[in-house]
Amino acid sequence: MYREFVERRGWFSESEFLSSLAICQAMPGVNVVNLSVWLGFRLRGTLGAIAGFCAMIFPALAVIIPISIAYTYWGKYPVAHHALAGIAAAALALTINMVSRITVSAVRRDVVACVIVAVIFVGIGLLRVSMFELVIVVAPLSIGWAFYRQRTA
Amino acid sequence: MNWPLLLLLMRVITPLSFVTIGGGASIIADLERQSVTVHHWLTTGQFLDLFAISRASPGPGSLLVSLIGFHVAGVAGAIVASMAIFVPTSLILYVLAHIWRFYRDASWQHAIERGLAPVAAGLILAGVYSILQIAEGGAMAWIVAIGAFVALRWLRANPFVLMALGGAVFAIVGMYWWPS
Repeated sequence: MYREFVERRGWFSESEFLSSLAICQAMPGVNVVNLSVWLGFRLRGTLGAIAGFCAMIFPALAVIIPISIAYTYWGKYPVAHHALAGIAAAALALTINMVSRITVSAVRRDVVACVIVAVIFVGIGLLRVSMFELVIVVAPLSIGWAFYRQRTA
Repeated sequence: MNWPLLLLLMRVITPLSFVTIGGGASIIADLERQSVTVHHWLTTGQFLDLFAISRASPGPGSLLVSLIGFHVAGVAGAIVASMAIFVPTSLILYVLAHIWRFYRDASWQHAIERGLAPVAAGLILAGVYSILQIAEGGAMAWIVAIGAFVALRWLRANPFVLMALGGAVFAIVGMYWWPS
């Protein structure tokens, strides 16, 4: 996206793009979808935001629906299931790689952040509490704490 | 068209939209709980299959939601599930983009980012844990996962090559040694 928006078409400066990216990563939502809506809005207002949203979602849906149909036909064969279990195991490594980086940078020199990671993990992973309800309570507290630390730092 | 089912799908997924903090990986644990344990839309084996498909396909990883939607209610289900996961957060961002025009201050943005980071980490860790719980292949799964992690971290291997290798190893071993 950087290459298209900044380098090829010059619609945004590098610093505009990077600050937009930071906002989109901070907010809930899938980063690439957020970024498409945000940049679309900055370019052409409401219509741009809608265009950005649709252009990100519909091609992906057009890919995923044939895959789903293929799965309903071949998913019942053991070999397909074995192969997918192997893909899942390797895919898990990708997620572990990502989450280990995020966790280390999130909890660095911050005991409260460690507690927040632990509360969310135990609540959702082990106790199986409803994700929405737990996050709606914990996230504002965590943001409040980050604000407080920013003020006192 | 099965309207009650589509409505239920929307009611389950819409709240999860607001907690896709740090991307789609953060909602895996609750998606698994809702679609397998609570609503019995999928078996654990099918959930694992769909997780694998979503990670190996192009596009945002949160397409797992669309795959579940398709499994539950066909093409309409896939569309409803995708809209339920993407529209609410996009609307929030749209409103924020309006506010941003008049009021620019980066300090709240840093606080939100720093405050949500540990929440995202906890959510994704819970997701990893729930996939590990339903993973198949026992020791094989561990060997593939750890091997892929090492290759990714220290050898900078291509993720898609690793997933293809993992799939191939499991398919071959599975056909010869595991009872079908």
